[in-house]
Amino acid sequence: MTATQIAAAVRQVGATAVIADCLARIERLNPVLNAFTTITADRARAKAARLDAAIAAGTPPGPLVGVPFAVKNLIDVAGIPTLAGSKINRNHPPAAFDAPLVRRLETAGAILVGALNMGEYAYDFTGENAHDGPSRNPHDPARMTGGSSGGSGAAVGGALVPLALGSDTNGSIRVPASFCGVFGLKPTFGRLTRAGSFPFVSSLDHLGPLARSVADLAVAYDAMQGHDPDDPVCAERPVEPVVPVLDSGIAGLRIAAADGYFRAGASPEALAALDTVAAALGAGTVTIPDAQRARSAAYVITTTEGAALHLHRLRARPDDFDPDVRDRLIAGALVPAAAVTQAQKFRRAYREQVLRLFDRVDAILAPATPCVAPLIGQKTFVLDGGEMPLRPNIGVYTQPISFIGLPVVAVPLPTAAGLPIGVQVIAAPWREDIALRIARALEAGGVARVAG
Amino acid sequence: MTDETTLDALIDAGTTALGIPMREEWRQAVRMHLAISLGHARAVLDADIPDGLDPAPVFRA
Repeated sequence: MTATQIAAAVRQVGATAVIADCLARIERLNPVLNAFTTITADRARAKAARLDAAIAAGTPPGPLVGVPFAVKNLIDVAGIPTLAGSKINRNHPPAAFDAPLVRRLETAGAILVGALNMGEYAYDFTGENAHDGPSRNPHDPARMTGGSSGGSGAAVGGALVPLALGSDTNGSIRVPASFCGVFGLKPTFGRLTRAGSFPFVSSLDHLGPLARSVADLAVAYDAMQGHDPDDPVCAERPVEPVVPVLDSGIAGLRIAAADGYFRAGASPEALAALDTVAAALGAGTVTIPDAQRARSAAYVITTTEGAALHLHRLRARPDDFDPDVRDRLIAGALVPAAAVTQAQKFRRAYREQVLRLFDRVDAILAPATPCVAPLIGQKTFVLDGGEMPLRPNIGVYTQPISFIGLPVVAVPLPTAAGLPIGVQVIAAPWREDIALRIARALEAGGVARVAG
Repeated sequence: MTDETTLDALIDAGTTALGIPMREEWRQAVRMHLAISLGHARAVLDADIPDGLDPAPVFRA
């Protein structure tokens, strides 16, 4: 069941029964999918009992009442250390409080059932982790979930939970949403508070939900909106609910598929998915200028900020890192500072260029990933005719978009390969409503759908 | 600046300056990632960016 279906049924079946079913499914499937690193069963049962008592007492239920959810393990959960996928953070004291987004979802009635596997310190697109093992793709456990929110993709794709939170610096919600065949929302940079989460790249980090329906994304997103002074990047904007407009259709919206850079190198499956969505929406085409350089600038900012964040750990405990992450971070520490400053200046120029496109279009379509899920352990893939390292290049289509913080909904489509793939629906800053309305129309038309 | 000798010189000087205990068995992977990162850095540094443009993050006191 989806989150909204559970919330509608919970008065009849009870939150206690919902949680018992959810925990049983996690117990059965998690040994295969390796999505969870912590299962907060006692906490979930206690919360469910409180909700059932409140419902019996006539308290109006929240929009996510009884809905189980889980969070990427870089998001604080009171009582457990915030691992961020690492071995090193296991020595940290347990988080004293839940992160604000956890609190907001629980205020809406949702029930936390655990913390989710991820790539170490979020520096991967694979969902692989040397310490906890890889999260595994629910459509083929031999394949990657994508990352870094790999456990989030596996947990939602495998229907262990209907809703999960992930983070997205360069694509880490959209990539696992694509590989695992679920919907994912990366909101506008600064929309949702990042307080109570372990950072990766402050300039680019976002938090957001993954779910099995667009309505679930919208309900969760609305519950999480609102300014938070504890995150200096969080914008002072009013809550702008999307649920009331979700089914208002797409008449009058000008939609265009990105060409050029966003088609070069894409696999036949990625292009077929993009073309299917574009045809269903009657989309034209648009060229996003300088996307290649935007991706390079995002890459430079990511590797240098990430290296700076972890430099003291690289000095003191290099052997405790996942080698795939450590070696990239060491390289990042050696990039000249001039490139970083110029990348941040280019970011402003590129933003101005891309925002001008939104005078002509309301939404832009692009592939989420260049291919369907690769095999776990695969180190290279073919991109634009050449063999390339896999880990640094899966985000080739997501990086130029999150670089300037545009809101994106990743929508899943089936492919002839038998594995899902995602398409990005990209809107202007603060127009999550448009991206979600389009995603909802694609879902209602049967174009975008969660498999299985 | 992507030949092996130059990259290795940067790795050795940089990790020494930063106090990172570099191991020989990591070198091949670090070199590969450094070559990729410097390629992206070059793409940024080659951009025609106006002198007066402010970087994206603007600090307000």
